[in-house]
Amino acid sequence: MNLTLKVWRQKNKKTEGKIETYQVAGISPDMSFLEMFDVLNEQLIGEGKEPIAFDHDCREGICGMCSMYINGRPHGPKGGITTCQLHMRSFSDGDTIVVEPWRAKAFPVIKDLVVDRNAFDRIQAAGGFVSVNTGNAQDANSIPIAKEDADEAFAAAACIGCGACVAACQNASAMLFVSAKVSQFALLPQGQPERKMRVERMVAQMDEEGFGSCTNTGACSAECPKEISLEHIARLNREYLGAKLTSQGV
Amino acid sequence: MSWVTQTLSSSIGKKLVMALSGLFLCSFLIVHMSGNLQLFKHDDGLAFNVYAVFMTTNPLIKTVSYGLYALILLHAFEGLYLAKQNRQARGNQRYVVYNGKANSSWFSRSMALLGTILLVFIVVHMSNFWFEYKFGYVPYTQYEQNLVTGEVVATPFEGEIKGKMEEFVREENQTRVVIVKDLYRSVMEGFKNPILVLFYVLSMFAVSFHLVHGFKSAFQTLGINHSKYNPLLNFLGVGVFGILIPIGFALMPLYFFFKSM
Repeated sequence: MNLTLKVWRQKNKKTEGKIETYQVAGISPDMSFLEMFDVLNEQLIGEGKEPIAFDHDCREGICGMCSMYINGRPHGPKGGITTCQLHMRSFSDGDTIVVEPWRAKAFPVIKDLVVDRNAFDRIQAAGGFVSVNTGNAQDANSIPIAKEDADEAFAAAACIGCGACVAACQNASAMLFVSAKVSQFALLPQGQPERKMRVERMVAQMDEEGFGSCTNTGACSAECPKEISLEHIARLNREYLGAKLTSQGV
Repeated sequence: MSWVTQTLSSSIGKKLVMALSGLFLCSFLIVHMSGNLQLFKHDDGLAFNVYAVFMTTNPLIKTVSYGLYALILLHAFEGLYLAKQNRQARGNQRYVVYNGKANSSWFSRSMALLGTILLVFIVVHMSNFWFEYKFGYVPYTQYEQNLVTGEVVATPFEGEIKGKMEEFVREENQTRVVIVKDLYRSVMEGFKNPILVLFYVLSMFAVSFHLVHGFKSAFQTLGINHSKYNPLLNFLGVGVFGILIPIGFALMPLYFFFKSM
């Protein structure tokens, strides 16, 4: 396959970026999108040019690093996958492909296609955990959990924090991410002691990071590689308003 | 900051304000629709004009209507503020290629635009009728209704109505006489203008798309997204607020326009 790539190039956080055009030839349809980028980078290095910086790690769809906005959609044209799971057979020979970084005020571009997603880490650190005191772990069978709750919590916990929800949302809202993190604990007994505090702190941190607010367009869920449902956002709204009405924090 | 202001100024709190005020405005549409259906009655506007007096003089309704005006303004300006804030959340550099239609409906992404059209519509609509009725000149009509046959005879009333009386009723010889500000005639005259009719009908498309997304979205914001209730919310959001109500309202200007031809 021969392709024309239009890729966002940006030297660092402070400089302005722009789209550069590259030609790649001899791409196998069985390559992943990232492998195609590896080929392009080899080519650029061979030409003595700066290779394109892009995030990648596991290359099997579970780390959430490969944050490419391809032809106007996060992770490209296929639903329910990350960029590393996108194969070149999803494109046609001679296609022009535009690749940009996630764009959000809360995710500043570090270089080329790499963005700083520490905002997500700070939201997690604000409350997205269960505090475990020392001592032996309790016998798992002594904490009964309804199958539906376990399934729902697991579906929320599938979130890999990739940021596609923010990238897809016209408001750059992080509601789907935060809702998944709040849901997975709110549904389980282990999450109960910190339940109200967690949602209050995580939403406050989310707002402080400068993400937009949710207008329920559903773009996040449609583009989520783990297909996290909008029902989690409804739960986040319930959890937040419930916590605000009943918590001890005045 | 107290917990109340802190909650209402959070992103979810602002959404709550939008959802609750929006649902109140939806409930108003039902009232507005059911009252205005009287425009279709073949009584030269008697029932509609008497209803208009009731709506503008009943103290309870007056109180609610001031709340309504306040909530329209709150919903509009909070919405515009949120739209501005949400636009800023994208950052300075926007996407070079953006394929929004791949993952969401255009009207769910255009709520601010549709809402702005509706705000303009409300201003035009209120200046057409509400302002004219309350502060402008609306002529009086004398209705004589035969209480046995129900037949209504309407004649322009040239005399002076004492004080603030907007409706004058007496019954004599099995005839009910009502002298009332003839808002019906203003409606009839107003909708002879094809440009105004077109503007009203197009605005009802904006109502439709705004509510197809807005009604269900409000429940999502309130945390109500459940397979038991979603079919009902879809029916109300799409069937009632997206189709029935806008068509009902659009028929009013069209009815008077074609009647005048």
